[in-house]
Amino acid sequence: MPRKVLVAMSGGVDSSVTALLLKEQGYDIVGAHMKLWDYADVGGEDVYRDGRCCSLDAVNDCRAVCADLEAPFYVLNLSRSFKEDVIENFIDEYKAGRTPNPCVRCNSHIKWSEFLRKAAEVGCDYVATGHYAGIGETDRGRFFTRKGVDVTRDQSYVLWGLSQEALSRTLMPLGRMTKAEVREVARRHGLRTAERRESREICFVADDDYHRFLREYEAKQGRSFKSGEIVHENGAVLGKHEGIAFYTIGQRRGLGIAYPTPLYVKRLDPVENRVIVGDEYSMFSREMTVERMVWQAFDPDATVPASDAAHSSVGQASPRPAALNDSDFTPPLIDGGFRADVKIRYQHQAAPARVELLTEDSVRVIFDERQRALTPGQSAVFYHGDILLGGGVIG
Amino acid sequence: MDPIYLDHNATTPVDPEVIEAMLPYFSKGFGNASSVHHFGREAKVALENGRERIASFINCQPSELYFTSGGTESDNLSVLGTAYNLQGKKKHLIVGAAEHHAVLEPAEFLHHKHGFDLDLLEVDSEGFSSPFKLARLIRDDTALVSVMHGNNETGTVQDIAALCQKAHEKGTLFHTDAVQSIGKVPVDVQELGVDLLSLTGHKIYGPKGTGALFIRQGLKIEPLFYGGSHEKKRRPGTENVAGVVGLAKALELAWKRHDEDSARIGDLADYFIDQVLKVVPQSRFNGSRTNRIPQTVNMSFPGAEGESIILSLDMKGVAASSGSACTSGATEPSHVLKAMKIPVEAGQSAVRFSLGRATTREQIDYVLQELPPIIERLRAMSPTYNG
Repeated sequence: MPRKVLVAMSGGVDSSVTALLLKEQGYDIVGAHMKLWDYADVGGEDVYRDGRCCSLDAVNDCRAVCADLEAPFYVLNLSRSFKEDVIENFIDEYKAGRTPNPCVRCNSHIKWSEFLRKAAEVGCDYVATGHYAGIGETDRGRFFTRKGVDVTRDQSYVLWGLSQEALSRTLMPLGRMTKAEVREVARRHGLRTAERRESREICFVADDDYHRFLREYEAKQGRSFKSGEIVHENGAVLGKHEGIAFYTIGQRRGLGIAYPTPLYVKRLDPVENRVIVGDEYSMFSREMTVERMVWQAFDPDATVPASDAAHSSVGQASPRPAALNDSDFTPPLIDGGFRADVKIRYQHQAAPARVELLTEDSVRVIFDERQRALTPGQSAVFYHGDILLGGGVIG
Repeated sequence: MDPIYLDHNATTPVDPEVIEAMLPYFSKGFGNASSVHHFGREAKVALENGRERIASFINCQPSELYFTSGGTESDNLSVLGTAYNLQGKKKHLIVGAAEHHAVLEPAEFLHHKHGFDLDLLEVDSEGFSSPFKLARLIRDDTALVSVMHGNNETGTVQDIAALCQKAHEKGTLFHTDAVQSIGKVPVDVQELGVDLLSLTGHKIYGPKGTGALFIRQGLKIEPLFYGGSHEKKRRPGTENVAGVVGLAKALELAWKRHDEDSARIGDLADYFIDQVLKVVPQSRFNGSRTNRIPQTVNMSFPGAEGESIILSLDMKGVAASSGSACTSGATEPSHVLKAMKIPVEAGQSAVRFSLGRATTREQIDYVLQELPPIIERLRAMSPTYNG
C-alpha cells in the first residue's frame, strides 16, 4: 500500500509542487491548509490582500490544486494554538527586549507538533512541506535538516527546532531544486499557482509593519506599552522611547534623538525598561550563549573531548565513538565542543566559530571574528557544510 | 460501499420531482414575471401559484409571503429590516444564544454600528430558552426578539408559541428562523403567533438559492435592496420563478411524505444514538431526545477532536460535520454547544450526523462499525485524554 502523506499547503507554488512531486513519486497524498490566523484578529488587511497564506484566495488555490491532483483536501483550524503559542509569544518576546522568530516557533509548536499529530490522527505516515531544505540521516541513525541547494532560498535556518521524531516523519522534496526549477515544474503541469508571488515575511503581519501590529493587537487586548528612557552606553540619557518592544538590536533609524555621531541600539533592558544605544563599533561582539538547544545531526552524548578522542571508548558498542569515524556528518571536534559555521539571523552569512557545550541544552559560541548585532531571541543555527548540527535561541 | 451522506442539515440533493417541476421555467416558461406580455404572464402565474401553495403549507396569506435568496437573506431582512424601521423609536434587540450566524451577525452589526443594545437569550443544557427569562429581558424599547425554531446543530425544537406570547405581551415583535424545521416538523405561523418566519428550499430537497420570509400583514420593515417593485418593494430583483416553483414542490413533497419520513428517519436516528452510546465508551448525546428534528444527531466523543473525527470519517467515505464551517472550510468551535454550557471537552469533540431520505439502516450499521475504532485511535493519540 502506498505511504500516505499529509502535505502542508499554503497556496503558493512551492507547496503545490511538493504535492505534485510526491504524487508522482507514488505517495498517497492528502492536502491540508493550516488556518492559523484571521485578518479580523491581526489587522493589516487593508494594506495587503494579495493571496497570502491564510487568505481565502490561498485556500481556494490549495483546494483547486488538490482537485487537479485528485487528492482530498482539508482546512485544519489551528488558530487557537497559533494565537497562544506563536502570536502571544511574539509579543511577550518583544516586550521582554528580545527579537523573536515566529517562524521557528511555529515550526516546532504548530507545524511539527499539532499538524504532525493531525497527520497521525488521519492515518498519514508522513507530513510534507515545500521548504527549500532536505532531510538526511547520519550513519548513526540521526535525522537532520540539510541546506537547500538553492542557496538564495535555503530555509534550513527556521527548521532547527525539529525533533528527531518529527524529522523522521517529514518529507521535503524541494531541497534539491531551485526556485526556477520549481516554477518550471509548476508551469509544465499547468498548476494555477505557478506564478504566485511569494511572501517571505511574517505571515500574520500582513503589511510587514510589526510596529503597527504590536500597537493594534495590544490595544485590542486592552494592554499597552511602557515608555522609558533611551540611554547612551556611557550613561547619558538621550531621549524617550514608547516601549522597548519597538526596538531591535542594531537598529539605527527611528530613534528620534539628535547626536553628533550615528547611534545604534546596543541592548534592550527590560528590567530598567531602557533602550541602550552606542556607536557602530559597540555593536560587534564575539561571544554569546545559546539556549534551548535542539540537536539534529550532532549528538552531544556521542562526543568526547578532542584530546581523549584517540583512545576513548565512550560510544557504546563501537571501540571508538562512531561519530569520530565519520567526517561527513561530524564537525571538527575540539576540547569540550566542536567547530561549526554559525548563522545568527535569516539573512546572516554563517560565520566560523568554536561551540562549547555548557549544559545539556546550552552552549557558548565564540566566533573567529566579531559579529554585528548578536540579538537575544533570534535563532543561532550550527552547520557543518550543508548539514544542520543543531540550533537554539540566543540568550 | 458508496459514500454515505450524513450531513442533510447542511444541504440535500434536489428531488427528481422538484427538478422536473422546475425545468420548464428555465426554457419555455423563462419569462420575467414583471413583464406585461404573454411570456411574463406565464411566469407570473407560476410565481403566484407557488406563493399560494407555500402560504397554505405554513398557514399564512399569500400576500404575507416574500421570496428571497434563502435562509440567510430572510434572517437578515427580518433582523435588519425591523431594526431599521424602528430605529429612533426602539433600540434594543434580543436574540437566542444558539441562533444561526445569519441572525447573530446582523444583530451584532446593529449593536456595533447602529447603537442597538443587544441581549442574548440563554439556552439550557438541551438548547431550550425559558419564556420567563425572555420576559425579564424584554424592555419597552425592545424592537425584536429572534429565536430559532429548530436548531441546525442539535435539532432542538423550541416552544416558539410560548416565547412569542411573552414577547407579544410586552408589545415586542418576534421572528423565528424555521430553516431547519420547515417540512420536517409542523410549522404553522398562526399557531406559533410569530410576526416573521424564515424558510429555505435546499434543506428539504429543493434548490439552493431559494427562500421565503413570512411577514405578518401590516408589519413594516425596511428593505435591504432597492431597485424595483418586485415583492412589493420589500425585496426588489427579478423573481427566481423556477426557484419558487422548486421551493413549492419541495415543500409539497415534504408534507406529503412527512409522516412516513419522520417515522422512518426518527427510528433510524434513535437506533443510531442508542448504539453509539452503547459501543463508544464515554460518548454523549447533545440536545433533546424528545423535542428534536428527528434527523439531527449531535454527539460528543471526549478525548478525540471533532475536526479529526470528521476527517477520519471522510476518509472512510462517511460525510458528517462539526461545529460550523467558516468561509475557508475550517471548522470553528460550536457556539451552540458553548451556549448550552456542555463541558468544553465534549464541545470540542462534537460531531453532527444528520440523516435524510436516502439514509438506510445498512449505512447506519456501516458507520457504527467504523466509528468506534476511529474514536479509540484518536483517543490513544490524544495528548490530554487518559480514559
